[in-house]
Amino acid sequence: MSLTAETERPGASARRSGRPWALPVAILVVVMLLALSLSVGAFDILGDEFGAEMFWITRVPRTLALVLAGAAIATSGLVMQVLTQNRFVDATTSGTTEWAALGLLLTALLLPGVGLVGKMVISSVSAFVGAMVFLAILRRVVIRTTLIVPLIGIMLGAVVSALTTFLAAQFNLLQMVGTWFLGSFGEIVRGRYEVLWVVAIVTLLVFLLADRITVAGLGKDLATSVGVRYDVILIGGTALVAVAAGVTTVVVGFLPLLGLVVPNVVSMIRGDNVRSNLPWVVLGGTGLVTACDLVGRTVNMPFEVPVSLVLGVVGSAVFIGLLLRQAKRGAL
Amino acid sequence: MSGIAQLSSGGALPPERSGETSRWRGILPLAAALLASLLLAAAILVHANPAPVGSSGFWIIVQSRLLSVATIVLVATAQAVATVMFHTVTANRILTPSILGFDALYVLSQTALVFVFGVSATRMEGVPKIIAQSALMVAFATILYGWLFSGRRANLHLMLLVGVVLGIGFGSVASFLQRMLTPSEFDVLSARLFGSISKADPAYLPIAAVIVFGILAYVWVRRRTYDVIALGRDVSVGLGIRYRREVVTMLVLVAVLVSVSATMVGPMTFYGFLVATLAYQFAPGDRHADVIPLGIGIGLVTLLGATFVLRHLFSAAGLVTVIIEFVGGTLFLIVLLRKGLR
Repeated sequence: MSLTAETERPGASARRSGRPWALPVAILVVVMLLALSLSVGAFDILGDEFGAEMFWITRVPRTLALVLAGAAIATSGLVMQVLTQNRFVDATTSGTTEWAALGLLLTALLLPGVGLVGKMVISSVSAFVGAMVFLAILRRVVIRTTLIVPLIGIMLGAVVSALTTFLAAQFNLLQMVGTWFLGSFGEIVRGRYEVLWVVAIVTLLVFLLADRITVAGLGKDLATSVGVRYDVILIGGTALVAVAAGVTTVVVGFLPLLGLVVPNVVSMIRGDNVRSNLPWVVLGGTGLVTACDLVGRTVNMPFEVPVSLVLGVVGSAVFIGLLLRQAKRGAL
Repeated sequence: MSGIAQLSSGGALPPERSGETSRWRGILPLAAALLASLLLAAAILVHANPAPVGSSGFWIIVQSRLLSVATIVLVATAQAVATVMFHTVTANRILTPSILGFDALYVLSQTALVFVFGVSATRMEGVPKIIAQSALMVAFATILYGWLFSGRRANLHLMLLVGVVLGIGFGSVASFLQRMLTPSEFDVLSARLFGSISKADPAYLPIAAVIVFGILAYVWVRRRTYDVIALGRDVSVGLGIRYRREVVTMLVLVAVLVSVSATMVGPMTFYGFLVATLAYQFAPGDRHADVIPLGIGIGLVTLLGATFVLRHLFSAAGLVTVIIEFVGGTLFLIVLLRKGLR
């Protein structure tokens, strides 16, 4: 149940301080992945005369979008895990992204004239409502085993997305909904990715609030007694998660299980210190989403496989691995 | 495991079933379900038929709609029987083959077949194909799930979560492979994969009917054995049942039924769960002789009802499975939460 299950590993901190090169190496790897992402594509940017122009129109925005979205989704996954005191919760396993899509669909139906910013606001608000519904259900559940919490979230998401699909089919918007359910960076170009800088602010705020969020995760009584305004942090943290989910759903689409896999793997290697893990989570999120995007771009050139399919395969395999590993250790 | 497993049967003892009235009360739900499904089937056949009654056009339309009704009958029977048998084998009432990802596994195996063998994979058709496929699926499912859930790790919530995530993973792999197919290969695949109630394949129906009703007859003959198996391994062995052999047979039959149903209408995650849960609620007892017929009846009512409402009142025939997902998923959440909610 608790997040501290993995912390008490003797030697973890010693090993950490004994490897000062680990973080620079990780940064180098991610930078190399990003450089690769800048150079891979159907258009020959070095040979063609429009190469430089294309480079700035598609490659750079796409790579920046990978960094922004990957970092934001991974850190917001960590926030959810801390706030719910459950390793296996993120935007995918709490149904939050499905609510964002529902909000986006309702915008298309009721307010078709709204621009990109309006869509982002509405879809974030809808994601916030969804996350709050999830937290409210959790509060009322008595048997709150580690495993039943993500199950409830996944089922909630399935029900919401069935509703979304039905509404979309009724109004001939199925194709539009399909692009939200399948996240892809293929259509990211200059002029479209800029709104993703909003989620950079989310990532920054998580860095600033990390300690408070950790304390709030320990429970209302404890948080209040050490001087943290529990309700404010709980709602604020959920709002950060909702903004990250809502904005990326509008611009990119779903990035399934990214927010679950990255923080879990990081704390498996490094223990559970949220504050010192955050840079690693940012790096891991960026690196994983970039690697998956590269796979999706190269495996069937010149066509693209949406990144969410690659992430779905990798994410569910890692998720099952994590579950079985914990079960073997008797932690579940 | 049993704490959650006994959701509907826990608590009060089943009522004394001796007098004439209680026997009628026991039959009542089944009779009501069958009557309702007959009415719904008739409604689907004749409602909003543009041709005048009795003319030759009228009968042509009725015949084409009859195909949908036949598909529904087969799918409802297959799913109800498969889910109830699976519940008996696994001694719980939450896990179903579809929730554990059997359907997604079927879609994946179909996709992989076309991916590996290309268009030539279609040459193998008919009964041998079904047998080969089911055998493949059973073998794979037995190895995979046997490995995952063996020994101490068998924990109901763990199984559920792993099964759900496996379903997501299989779905992703299948979609990934589908993106890699050439258009002609994808055409072949979608012809065999994405069946629906409104466009049933008349050539496949007789084969499916033989398989489904054959299995139903076999299950009906052995229903008393299955009642004993529901009591658990030790009791069954003590009463002289060859437990292991029975269980393996049952799982094989479940896999065959699921693949038949998935071939006809595609994956439906929560349909079997919906049908079986309602059947346990309304059945007069826990015997297979009570539950299986009522499950089939309820399966017919839900699927026929959803088809009728969506096709004739909302003219959205393709969405039947979506609605079933919505209702079934909601019911699943409620059942999952019921013991946990204050």
